[in-house]
Amino acid sequence: MAPLLELADVKARYGQVEALHGISLSVGEGEVVAVLGGNGAGKTTTLRAISGLVSTSGDVSFAGTRISRASPEKVARIGIAHVPEGRGIFSELTVHENLRLGAYLRRGGFAGDYERVRGYFPWLEDRRDQQAGTLSGGEQQMLALARALMARPRMLLLDEPSLGLAPLVVREIFRIVGELNEKDGLAVLVVEQNASLALRSSSRAYVLEVGRVALEGPSAELAENESVRKAYLGY
Amino acid sequence: MVEFAQQVVSGLASGSIYASLALAIVIIYRSTGVVNFAQGELATFTTFIAWTLIDHGLGYWLAFALTLVIAFVGGVALERIVVRPVEGGPVLTVVILTIGLFILLGGLSNWIWTAEVRSFPPNRPFPTSAWDIGGVAVSKQDAGILLVTLGLVVGLYLLFQHTKLGLAIRAAALNPTASRLVGVRVGWMLALGWGLAAAIGAVAGMFTAAAAPPLEPNMMRPVLIYAFAAAVLGGLASPVGAIVGGLTIGVMLNLIATYDTHVHLELDRMRLPIALAVILTVLLVRPAGLFGRAVVRRV
Repeated sequence: MAPLLELADVKARYGQVEALHGISLSVGEGEVVAVLGGNGAGKTTTLRAISGLVSTSGDVSFAGTRISRASPEKVARIGIAHVPEGRGIFSELTVHENLRLGAYLRRGGFAGDYERVRGYFPWLEDRRDQQAGTLSGGEQQMLALARALMARPRMLLLDEPSLGLAPLVVREIFRIVGELNEKDGLAVLVVEQNASLALRSSSRAYVLEVGRVALEGPSAELAENESVRKAYLGY
Repeated sequence: MVEFAQQVVSGLASGSIYASLALAIVIIYRSTGVVNFAQGELATFTTFIAWTLIDHGLGYWLAFALTLVIAFVGGVALERIVVRPVEGGPVLTVVILTIGLFILLGGLSNWIWTAEVRSFPPNRPFPTSAWDIGGVAVSKQDAGILLVTLGLVVGLYLLFQHTKLGLAIRAAALNPTASRLVGVRVGWMLALGWGLAAAIGAVAGMFTAAAAPPLEPNMMRPVLIYAFAAAVLGGLASPVGAIVGGLTIGVMLNLIATYDTHVHLELDRMRLPIALAVILTVLLVRPAGLFGRAVVRRV
């Protein structure tokens, strides 16, 4: 069976600078895949290439549709929800308005989707009229995740969900992502600096180094790999 | 006291015209961070279109409504065709572009309709009579202008705060990247903003021609300055501020002109400098304006 998401020799550039030098990776239906790597390895650019936020060459396909040069709006429409670096919430808008925007492409049925998302984040209801920018960092990250879920995506792109958050909050976020994957079969491609957490939460992983895939394999195997341990796990 | 009330009432009417043009400026400012210098000339241009429609035999209110539609479509087209190529570029580029549009539209109005002085509309949109409220004469035209403007504001408020489309327009202005990721077509939202601004500007133009005749190609130039003063006073990014600012400027200018007869500073001729002084003072003393707020952000 063809994978849900497939990147074949994807190159991406910002102006004159090429940031990805030909990345190939895939995510199967209902699979959680992690992308590891240091700063500037191209992790964020990989997600941006999938979403159409950066100009690319090479092939990107999702569920049998070629989305290589599709606009972010189109990529969102076919079922990919991207929680970007720095969360990308609308700080000036209320919590509820953020969620309504998450459901922007949905035709009707807001109440049902909201009910489902509230099951994961019960506090959203108490804060519905609060300005999103005044939430704590962890709450903002959860709001970003909740907003992505409002679109009922088939696949979630998560960019550094742990960045700047307390360990307890990070664990809670990964627990919810794991639950979404198990219960709803949501496929997840997660980019993380926190390698041990990412490897524990995923079934397969890719290690990027300066715009190339340096290593790939089942997460459990990579966790045992000497060079991965030295470079990313720190022991 | 009666005279004071009288001047406040008529100041509110002209103030509501400044308020609507200020609102047009604010809508574009919020979505692009740029002040559209062509807003006044655009309003004049669309008012001439209304004049032409009436000249061809249409009734005033039909021409009014049709002009709003034409202005809206024209505003959308302007953004898509002229502004879009420089979208995302340096702010200064867009500013210069709107100044270019200012010159171009002004030239077009002069060329098509000539500088000939026209009365518009030929038959008044509102009855010329006035109500007597406690000794204060409230002209039906002033009341009408005020009411239509308020209706417009309420309509816009409902659009922005209570519809999905309005939410998307606001979101596109606040965070274009995040908006695209949730599926909002940001480019079109900006174009809709231009369309709305052009339509509101058209209302300001048509009412200016009715309240402060005649209709001629330069009529909106002073109004644009008052609208700038109103928008800056209210805080450039605040629609409520634009309204309050517009009404304040309208009443203020009227009162100054009235009571100056006792002081003989000939302040009546000083309307434009006073408006400019307001802009300067607000920018120096309180750059965020009355209703501007520093955005609260926790990282």
